[in-house]
Amino acid sequence: MNRFDYIRPKNVAEAVAAASEPGSAYLAAGTNLLDLMKGGVSRPERLVDVTHLPGLDRIETLADGAMRIGALVKNSELAYDEAFSARFPAVAEALLSGASAQLRNAATVGGNLLQRTRCAYFYDTASACNKRAPGSGCDAIGGENHGHAVLGWSEHCIATHPSDFCVPLTALGAIVKIEGKDGRRDVPITDFYLLPGDTPDRENVLSPGEMIVGVRLPAEAAGFAANQRYLKVRERTSYAFAVVSAAAALRIEDGTIAEARLALGGVAARPWRAIEAEAALAGAPASRASFEKAAEAAFADARPSGDNAYKIALGKRIVTRALAMAASGTPEVMPALPASPFAPLSEGVIHV
Amino acid sequence: MSEIAQLQPGPRMRHGSNIGQPLTRSEGRLKVTGGATYAADNHPDGLLHAVIVPASIARGRVVSLDVAAAKAHPGVVEVMTPENRPPLAMDPYEKSNPLMFRMNLLKDDTVRYAGEPIAVVVAETLEAAKEGAILLAPRYEAERPEVTLDGDVFKPQAVGPGMPAEATKGDVEAALASAAKRVEATYETPPQYHNAMEPHAVVARFDGDKLQLDMPTQGLAMSRMRIAGLFGLKPENIHIRSPFLGGGFGSKGSVSSPEALGILAAKLTGRPVKLVLAREEMFGSVGHRGQTRQTIKLGLDETGALTAFDHLTRAATSRFDDFVEPASGVGQALYKVPALHTSHEAVRIDTGTPSFMRAPGEASGSIAFESAIDEAAFAAGMDPLAFRLKNYADVEPISDKPFSSKALKECYREGAERFGWQDRPLEPRQMRDGSGRLLGWGMGTAIFPALMFQGNARAVIRRDGSGVMEAGGHDMGQGAWTALAQIAADGLGLPMEALEFRSGTSDLPDAGVAGGSTHTATAGNAIYSAGAAVIEKLTALAVGDERSPLFGAGNVGVIARDGRLIRQDDEGVGESYADILERADLDEIEGSGQGAGDPSAQEAYAMYAHGAVFAEVAVDPDLGQMRVNRLVGAFAAGRVINPRMVESQYLGGMIWGLSFALHEKAVHDRRSGRIMNANFGEYHVPVNADLQGMEAILVAEDDPHVNPLGIKGVGEIGITGTGAAIANAVWHATGIRVRRFPIGLADLLG
Repeated sequence: MNRFDYIRPKNVAEAVAAASEPGSAYLAAGTNLLDLMKGGVSRPERLVDVTHLPGLDRIETLADGAMRIGALVKNSELAYDEAFSARFPAVAEALLSGASAQLRNAATVGGNLLQRTRCAYFYDTASACNKRAPGSGCDAIGGENHGHAVLGWSEHCIATHPSDFCVPLTALGAIVKIEGKDGRRDVPITDFYLLPGDTPDRENVLSPGEMIVGVRLPAEAAGFAANQRYLKVRERTSYAFAVVSAAAALRIEDGTIAEARLALGGVAARPWRAIEAEAALAGAPASRASFEKAAEAAFADARPSGDNAYKIALGKRIVTRALAMAASGTPEVMPALPASPFAPLSEGVIHV
Repeated sequence: MSEIAQLQPGPRMRHGSNIGQPLTRSEGRLKVTGGATYAADNHPDGLLHAVIVPASIARGRVVSLDVAAAKAHPGVVEVMTPENRPPLAMDPYEKSNPLMFRMNLLKDDTVRYAGEPIAVVVAETLEAAKEGAILLAPRYEAERPEVTLDGDVFKPQAVGPGMPAEATKGDVEAALASAAKRVEATYETPPQYHNAMEPHAVVARFDGDKLQLDMPTQGLAMSRMRIAGLFGLKPENIHIRSPFLGGGFGSKGSVSSPEALGILAAKLTGRPVKLVLAREEMFGSVGHRGQTRQTIKLGLDETGALTAFDHLTRAATSRFDDFVEPASGVGQALYKVPALHTSHEAVRIDTGTPSFMRAPGEASGSIAFESAIDEAAFAAGMDPLAFRLKNYADVEPISDKPFSSKALKECYREGAERFGWQDRPLEPRQMRDGSGRLLGWGMGTAIFPALMFQGNARAVIRRDGSGVMEAGGHDMGQGAWTALAQIAADGLGLPMEALEFRSGTSDLPDAGVAGGSTHTATAGNAIYSAGAAVIEKLTALAVGDERSPLFGAGNVGVIARDGRLIRQDDEGVGESYADILERADLDEIEGSGQGAGDPSAQEAYAMYAHGAVFAEVAVDPDLGQMRVNRLVGAFAAGRVINPRMVESQYLGGMIWGLSFALHEKAVHDRRSGRIMNANFGEYHVPVNADLQGMEAILVAEDDPHVNPLGIKGVGEIGITGTGAAIANAVWHATGIRVRRFPIGLADLLG
């Protein structure tokens, strides 16, 4: 096999030092990276195994009510943490709608943020892909692109970010905690991911060697706990990536939306914060008309990148539905089919 | 307790109490504890690991391979290319029957489809072999491939396994022209790839001119003959072990190119070689269900009676071999119709050759034809079940032969009752669930021919009174180890515990291919008759010996039960098998038997299993996402040997039908010809969350003609009817008729 060095650092500083060498990659659960290595898509020369680093596996409530989640916390641990899911139910719902139970038991918070696109042309090493091999072209353009981006894409790349978890994180303004050679820094998740432009291989703001050590959800984000949902439409009931998804969070005061948060998944190279839609909702009545207006705003700049115009129409309906679901209140109990259109719905949410 | 009525052979034999019992799988514990040895679990000393190098273009030629770089990688032992591939005793393109497929065994530098093996790398470890494959860095001269059905059309000589491409009865054109109502629609089905949990695998070892193979196969004898021919070996010098298959579904019926390449690698290196396909390599050289485009025209009179239909299938085959999905045949036996025409045309495309995939022809044909029947029922203003009953066929429409048995009306009744079909509104988009999701009900008729291959078995009663049954059968997970042993125990008049059942290796009598839903019927009848042959010999020993209490009982008859022969007219008189053999001073007594179709019965009767499938689908009216809420199938397939296994086969088939309707599709990049979703993440099949409210009803049916045991097949029928039942339910929920499968949410956004 392709030979690589395997390094198991004792602490974050050692990890950062080891991973600063060119050709390095961090290995957490490996639920994505190992597949990429097996397929020859990714061929790192050294793997820096971070799974044994101390102190990164905690879920903590800070004095101000914010929550800090270590990068090595497993997806399932976080989803089932009661203090966390009470404050950020849509995040838990998104986590539980992703992958399979086995994968959720292995996959980490940091790894989820850094998972690669599911674009088939990125995985197929015989295809041109600017993300995998910069400058080689993009075979997804003009190819099988039913599931590709409708927002923020460029003529160099039309891939989407596949995460569910990151969509409500984006809506709720999560902060990505990063440590590198030059110390620590916090980056809002809305600034963490880069749009493809002409460098689709640059997917985020991490410098060589920098690692994600955690994610922080600010205290004010917990103010949306009563009205937040994640909705994920997919081609089978479970174990499928989103065609389009949305995380909607509302603060409703006397039937009026005081503040709205909205992010979309499966539509762009990053989890897509719909700022214009949020602005349209602020101060509006919590009504279907407001939600439809917000949906139009969310997709105002959308354009198909191929055979995927339906995602724009679908995306608007998903936004409308997710907002209606959020407005009708966070469910007392996590649905058996989290984020599914087949989870129980309040009367009147389906309008047609 | 088991028994057999001796000296009264014939089509209505009494049967013992093992047959009919819902026994659990005899190998189940081995499987769930990891004790079952699958082919790839064998690691003989000195084993090398081989990987194929799949072509990444679909048409063109290989210009260069960096063999030196691959061989220089530590651990790589050999690289097999057209340059050094050992000679074969026959051309792998030679075909002497339609069950033989042309094999791509590194003949030359031509590339015929994406995924065609262009080299084999053999190494001390799997990892080294895989890295060697990457280091080969093939370069190609590529031509633009064709992977759609829009190319040049030709009329195939035959379809499926050598069936006529065309059939006609009556004047279809005239009947359609004068019909009170006509329905015409075109349906498309995608390429689908068999993906057994266990991929194709071989562990090959030569010992001089002897060859030992661990290889999953649905046809031990057929595989042995194919390999004997290719390698110039005597069949008896080839020993294949295939005790368990992790699924076959038709793709392991004949030897595929990768297994033959594994054997060639063993020959080239002189060491044992293991070759196991990676998941993505299952999408290429081991067969698939070819895509189809089917145009169906139906004519109706004023009362809703069918007056004619025409079913034309355009199907894809490869550039280098012929297998045309026989989809148009399905209507020939379904409904009463005075005029019918079924035909096929084909297009050559740059893929591997399609082949038999669970219900080949029937699955693709049924989803289209039963959708068209639903469209016709609506055009006639009739309930889909009433329409089917109105057009019920009492004789086979194409031949006017009576059916050997046909409990389809019972299937309709039991299925409809269980499902609660009454009160279904005729118009679509009338029903909602409590949350406002659209609900639809649909149905489809299931049908599958009751075929027989030829099979043999050998039975022995030993001096201690125990028995042995030998039959080279195939357990693909369907439960052959269990069901065939139940028949064997009854055939020998023994309790299960006193029986040693041997199966799954090529040195046993050929029990027939496990395909075409024939295995229990073919191997089972062979086994039963082998048992009867031994009991007959044993009986002759007893009734002709004045020292036996059964002396002279030949005229009244003797029953074999629980290891004893007893007088039919006085069950208190009898003696044990052990006593009979002891007195005769015999170590054992043996007999053999055969299972095969009865040509005169097959000439006289049309033989099919039937069923009815009812589906409820919920559709989100805004978002298009679908979910099957309930799926009820009622099937009649003659005698049931093991109801637990049969129910599992029906449910498995219905899941395939659901998959056909809503999920499965190989997606080609039209420019490169490569399949872009060759993995389980993106090639969707249903997951558990997609499967709820499923029920299979076993409808009683007694068939005196199909074979002495009255067994029809159950392995494939569950797919038929189900796909269309779901598609029809989607239409009933939404009013949107989707004719390109699988139905996706984008089709329903309106």
